[in-house]
Amino acid sequence: MFGLSNPQRFMRFTGPLTPVLWTAAAVLLAVGTWLSFTVPADYQQGDTVRIMFVHVPAASLGLGAYAALGVSSFFALVFRHALADAAARAAALPGAAFTALALFTGSLWGQPMWGTWWVWDARLTSVLVLFLFYLGYMALRASIDDEQKGARAAAVLGLVGLINLPIVKFSVDWWNTLHQPASFLTPGASGLDPVYLPPFLTMLAAYGVLFAALWLTAIRTEIRRRRVLTLRARKALEA
Amino acid sequence: MSRPVDAEPRPPGLRGATRVLLERELDLAWSGGGGPLLACGFFACLTAVLPLAAGGDPRTLSPVAGGIAWLALALASLLSLERLFERDLEDGALDLLAIGHLPLESVVLIKALAQWIAVGLPLALTAPVAALALGLPVSLAPLAALSALIGGAGFALTGALGAALALGAKRGGLLIAVVVLPLFIPPVVFGAGALERAASGQSPAPALAFLTAYVLFAGVIAAFAGAAAVRNAQG
Amino acid sequence: MIHALSLSDLTVSRGGRRLFTGLDLRLQAGEAVALTGANGAGKTSLLRTVAGLLRPDAGEIAFHDGDGNRLDDHLARGREVHFLGHQDGLKTGRTARRELGFQCDWLGHTQTGFDHAVEAFGLEPLLDLEVRRLSAGQRRRLAMGRLVGSPRALWLLDEPMAPLDARWRAVFADQMRRHLEADGLILAAVHDPLPIPARTLDLGGLA
Repeated sequence: MFGLSNPQRFMRFTGPLTPVLWTAAAVLLAVGTWLSFTVPADYQQGDTVRIMFVHVPAASLGLGAYAALGVSSFFALVFRHALADAAARAAALPGAAFTALALFTGSLWGQPMWGTWWVWDARLTSVLVLFLFYLGYMALRASIDDEQKGARAAAVLGLVGLINLPIVKFSVDWWNTLHQPASFLTPGASGLDPVYLPPFLTMLAAYGVLFAALWLTAIRTEIRRRRVLTLRARKALEA
Repeated sequence: MSRPVDAEPRPPGLRGATRVLLERELDLAWSGGGGPLLACGFFACLTAVLPLAAGGDPRTLSPVAGGIAWLALALASLLSLERLFERDLEDGALDLLAIGHLPLESVVLIKALAQWIAVGLPLALTAPVAALALGLPVSLAPLAALSALIGGAGFALTGALGAALALGAKRGGLLIAVVVLPLFIPPVVFGAGALERAASGQSPAPALAFLTAYVLFAGVIAAFAGAAAVRNAQG
Repeated sequence: MIHALSLSDLTVSRGGRRLFTGLDLRLQAGEAVALTGANGAGKTSLLRTVAGLLRPDAGEIAFHDGDGNRLDDHLARGREVHFLGHQDGLKTGRTARRELGFQCDWLGHTQTGFDHAVEAFGLEPLLDLEVRRLSAGQRRRLAMGRLVGSPRALWLLDEPMAPLDARWRAVFADQMRRHLEADGLILAAVHDPLPIPARTLDLGGLA
C-alpha cells in the first residue's frame, strides 16, 4: 500500500489497471442497465422503481467519494504527501457529479411518488448538504492562488467536512423528526423485493468500479499535470 | 547579567496574554468599521425584508418566526468574519501572534471569543426583538435570546475556522459564506428547533443540549483546524 | 534564555522552488550574523524558518541554553525570539501607544520596558497619533520598540534599517550593540553591511 505512495511506482502500477477498470465498469453498467429494464415493474410504484437502480448507487458513491476525499486529505495533511493531495483533489469532481446525479434522480423519482419535485425529507436533504460540502471544497481550492496553500487549506476543510458530516446528518435527521416524519416509501428503503436485488447490486458494483476508474484516471491526470508544471518551471529557470 | 532593559523580564503568563489579546481583538472589532453595529443593522434589515417578501400575514409568519430569525442570525454572523485573520495577515501582525507565549490554537479560540462578544452578544440581544416582530410569542423571548447566545458561540467558532481557511483567497468574504454555511446547519437546526419545540409546548432542553454540544465540539475542531489553516497561510 | 542557535543541514523551499540546501550555522550569545545574498536567495525564508513560521524540507533548528541543554522549540520561540519582518505588524487605525503596548505585552514585557522603548527610539511625540499618520520610518521605529520593550534573546531582523534615515540607523546600531553586550543574538538579513561587528553568511544568488 505504502509502496504506491511513490508517484512513479503509482503510475507504473495503475497504468495497466485503468483500462481494466474502465472495461469492467462498461460491462457492469451494460449488464446492470439491461437487468434494470428487464425486471418486472413494481406493483405499487410501477416503472419508477427503476430510478432506484441509478439513484441509490449514485448517492452511495457520492458519500463514498467524500470519504475517499476526507481520508486522502488526512494523509495529505499528516504525511504531507503529494499523491494523497492529488487523490483528494481528484475525488472531488466525480463525487460532486455522483451527488448531483443522486439529487436529480431523487427529484425525478419524487415527482410520480410524492407529486412534487422536491421534498425536504432527511435523506434528500442530507444528500443536498453533501453536495454543498463538495461545492465549498472546490470553491476553496479554486480561489487560493498559491496552489500548495490552496491544497493544504482544502485538505483541512476536507477533513473538517468528514468529521462534520455525521453531525450534520444527525441534525437533519433530528430536524426531520421535529416535523412530519416522512411516511413515504423512500428509495432503497428496507424491504426491497428480492427480485430487484440482482439489478440493484450490479448497478451498485458498476458505479463503484466506475468511480474507481474515474478517480484513478483523474489522479493520473493530476500527476501528469504537475510533471508538466515542474518541467515548465525548470525550463523557465534555464532560459 | 545585564540586559538592554534592566528589570527582569516578566512574561505576561497565559492569563495575561489571553487578556491582552482579547482586549486588542475587541478594540479592533469595535473600531474597525463598527462590525457589531453593521451586523445588527444587517440582521434588522433582513428581518424587515423577509416578511415583505413572504407576505406580512401573521398566520404564515408566526410559525416560521423562529426559523427566519435564526437564518438572519446565521447570515449576520458571517459579516465581519472576513477581516478576522485577513487584516493580521496583510500587515504582518499574524507573525507576531504566532511567536507569542500562547500557541496558535489559543489565538484562534481567543479571536473567536472576541468575535462572539463583539458580534454574537449584540445579535443575541437583537434576536428576540426581531423574532417578536415576526410573530414569536412574547413568552419565548428569553429562550430566543439564550439560544441565540449559545448558537452565536458556534457561529463564531465555525466562522473563525472558515476565516482562517479562506486566508489568501480571492473574494474571501463570499468564499467564507460558501465554506461555512453548510457547517452552520446543526446550530441553525438545533436553535430554531428549540424555539419550535417550546412553541408547541415541548421542552426545549434537548435542543439546547445539542446546541451546546455542537459549540463544544466546534471549539475543538476550530482550534486545531484553524491553527493549521493559519500556519498554512503563513508558511 | 537562548545561548546558542544552531542550524544543521537545513533545506528550505518556497512555492516549489528549492532556495538552499544543507545550510549549517552556529550562532552564539553575543554574536551577530549578517545574511546576504541576491533577492530571492532565501534570506527572508531562512529567518521565517528559524522563527517557526515556515517548515523546512529537511534539517534541524535547535536552541540551546548556557549549559548546552537543548530548549523546547515552542517554548524558545514563544519566549525568546523576536521577529521583525518587512511588515511592521501595526494596525493603522490604532494609536502608536496602544500598538506598542500590545506588542510589548503580548511578547512579554518588563515593568520599564515600554518606557525604555519609547526613550530608545524617540517615540514620545508619536505615541498619541494613529499609526496611519506615521511615515514608514516612524512606523519602523515603533515596531523596533518591541525589541527593546520586550526582552528576548534572539533577534531575527529582515532588512531592519531599510526605511530609516542615517540618524535612526545609528540609534538602532547602538541598540544592537547593547543587545550583543547583554549576551543577545542577532541574525539579520541585509543588503548593506551591518553597522556592527558581524560574521557574514552569504546565501548566494538564485539557486
